[in-house]
Amino acid sequence: MNIDFTQADEAFRTEVKDFIAEKFPPQVRGKSRNEYGGRDDFLAWHRVLYNKGWVAPSWPKEYGGTGWNSTQKYIFGEECAAADTPGTLPFGLAMVGPVIYTYGNAEQKKEYLPKILSGESWWCQGYSEPGSGSDLASLKTTALREGDHYIVNGQKTWTTLAQYADWIFCLVRTDMKAKQQEGISFLLIDMKTPGVTVRPIITMDGAHEVNEVFLDNVKVPVKNLIGKENEGWTYAKFLLGHERAGIAGVARSKRGVERLKKIAAAEQDGGKSLLDGADFSRNIAELEIDLLALEFTELRTLARESKGGHGPEASILKIKGTDIQQRLTELTLEAIAYYGNPYRPFAHDKMTNEYVPGPDYSHGAGQNYFLTRRTTIYGGSSEIQRNIIAKMVLGL
Amino acid sequence: MDFSFTEEQNLLRNSVQKFVQNDYGFEPRRAIIKSESGWKRDNWKKFAELGLLGAPFTEEQGGLGGGPIDTMIIMEEFGRGLVVEPYLGTVVLGGGFLRHGGSKAQQEKLIPEIIEGKRVLAFAFAEPQGRYNLADLTVTAKKSGAGYTLNGHKAVVIGAPWADTLIVTARTAGGQRDEKGVSVFVVDKKAKGVSCRDYPTVDGLRASEVTFENVALGADALVGQADDGLPLVERVVDEGIAALSAEAIGAMKVLNDATVEYCKTRKQFGVAIGKFQVLQHRMVDMFMHYEQSVSITYMVNLKLDENDTERKKAASAAKVQIGKAGRFIGQQAVQLHGGMGMTEELNIGHYFKRLTMIDTMFGNVDHHLKRYASLD
Repeated sequence: MNIDFTQADEAFRTEVKDFIAEKFPPQVRGKSRNEYGGRDDFLAWHRVLYNKGWVAPSWPKEYGGTGWNSTQKYIFGEECAAADTPGTLPFGLAMVGPVIYTYGNAEQKKEYLPKILSGESWWCQGYSEPGSGSDLASLKTTALREGDHYIVNGQKTWTTLAQYADWIFCLVRTDMKAKQQEGISFLLIDMKTPGVTVRPIITMDGAHEVNEVFLDNVKVPVKNLIGKENEGWTYAKFLLGHERAGIAGVARSKRGVERLKKIAAAEQDGGKSLLDGADFSRNIAELEIDLLALEFTELRTLARESKGGHGPEASILKIKGTDIQQRLTELTLEAIAYYGNPYRPFAHDKMTNEYVPGPDYSHGAGQNYFLTRRTTIYGGSSEIQRNIIAKMVLGL
Repeated sequence: MDFSFTEEQNLLRNSVQKFVQNDYGFEPRRAIIKSESGWKRDNWKKFAELGLLGAPFTEEQGGLGGGPIDTMIIMEEFGRGLVVEPYLGTVVLGGGFLRHGGSKAQQEKLIPEIIEGKRVLAFAFAEPQGRYNLADLTVTAKKSGAGYTLNGHKAVVIGAPWADTLIVTARTAGGQRDEKGVSVFVVDKKAKGVSCRDYPTVDGLRASEVTFENVALGADALVGQADDGLPLVERVVDEGIAALSAEAIGAMKVLNDATVEYCKTRKQFGVAIGKFQVLQHRMVDMFMHYEQSVSITYMVNLKLDENDTERKKAASAAKVQIGKAGRFIGQQAVQLHGGMGMTEELNIGHYFKRLTMIDTMFGNVDHHLKRYASLD
């Protein structure tokens, strides 16, 4: 057992560092996702990585992956977080992409994968429905076969960034009589098809990231079906496993702790910095130690997975990772005190007065705390993740 | 021992409840906070008509002669409706300074105008470097002739965009954080040299950054004693904490009731999610947090007129309990509502946001734990 990096690893780290320093797109430097002007800002970093051939480290090399080992992927993630690069969006690269190269046919791989890599196609996820959240398998959107097409009717919700999407991958019910999990299929739908309507949902922080997607007699070619009809639940579970693997967000949280320390060092409390006080530094230390343990839990999980194991232990990463992300935003807001209260407007607010007081690091801190509450809800809530561990790991 | 309310207090509660039910539903409130001004003058007039703006003032002053329990009742019901109109800033804090420290002339001029709804006040105390220390002041009021010259910057002054008059803490002597040398002034917002930059807050209120540039104040602007204003500030802030605690329990009650109701009706896996024991226990914890908060809110409001140490301990204890409970209840109400709890179009997030900002106001849990411990 060792956690040392080889000389080759260190050389790789230098290569990544230099690359980021040289290619970081100025248009998104220093901006958080909430400050992006639109689709182009989201894709700026994606395009840089694509041009370098680094956009999909987790993909097999034959489909456009990097061929990195798990140490290299880890180093890459660390360096991106340390430099505060934008993240790449998961919907194409981490979700539907792996489903397509694992379960899709040759034609589908050829059609969709290159455009996911290049960023030409923007994907969104059609899973949750108003009546089907934690109990996803109860979904009601139907796809009825008519000749060479399916006719799709229903409603999806919490669809992140659907306002920019070209495609949506949907779980739909194709067999109404079968047991819940056995009548579901995995269908790719072009967002430009007549009958697809997107309606924004504004979250409590004021952001517009999620949407409702209405599907009203949408005609979808049968060739857009992934794998076999009525076996979509298998693919859905595969995808949820993938969604969890990246969700710990360790490298980003480490960066968040550093940022929090800088804020605490800048904030005054009785003539000294907040960081110099015992109480607040203790809070940060506790968070940091939790994060350190999670980092090694993640490394152990990755090591196991690289040997072919893919266990429900991934649920630990989701539960702990999101708990840490939430505490990070909570402590940041605490550090900032009164300046966490001003509202930082979004472009869609169309406000005439866009003045936000306080130091730059305080802007949006309250809103960030509110928005981060979603992390223990989406992608399988913390309650559902605990059920998985109870059932699959502990055998209860 | 008796925890029941008087006939008058029940009537007072009913009238505030009726106002919130009729005029302050979720949609009307949303319209108010999204409006240009961010509040509704008509509501303020109604408060005047209902006598709410005169609740803590004596009958000679034209008020109702009520005490902390009456303020508690009003604030609790306002908390249920997430009322944004500046009752705390004007009546509880502004009124508190005038009642406990105001000269006869100040009282005679300002209190009737407050009661009639013609004058709105905001309390400008926080500074960018000061965190929760009420004596950490860089705003200065230098002696100048018979009066003072005011200079400096006050941060996040809640309700200032709506205010006619500011109550301002300033240093008149001593070093930046000395307990001695703090004075309190009443400042006309239209006075020369006062400038405000206004903005909305995350919890639906409005605030300003207020700058004073050589603002000339007469000797009659001083509230209470020169250089020895800190005890007055602490007393009024503790009363503010007692009122905020009441607002918080009103908000908590709405969240708890809504969450229980949602879990009874929301079905997943073929059953109401309230059937899952893990969620039942969560809601029981929310309920216990609420009950403890009600208790401590009664406690602090009953102890506001005791000696300084007792009052301070009571206020800090309340702020700690309210902060912890508000956080737990707010976070869990969102969690149990799932994605819906995250949205702007459901009331849950709005209550959560307000409870979060109540924790920050006048010092968070950490601050008041320390203050409480230091008072033993």
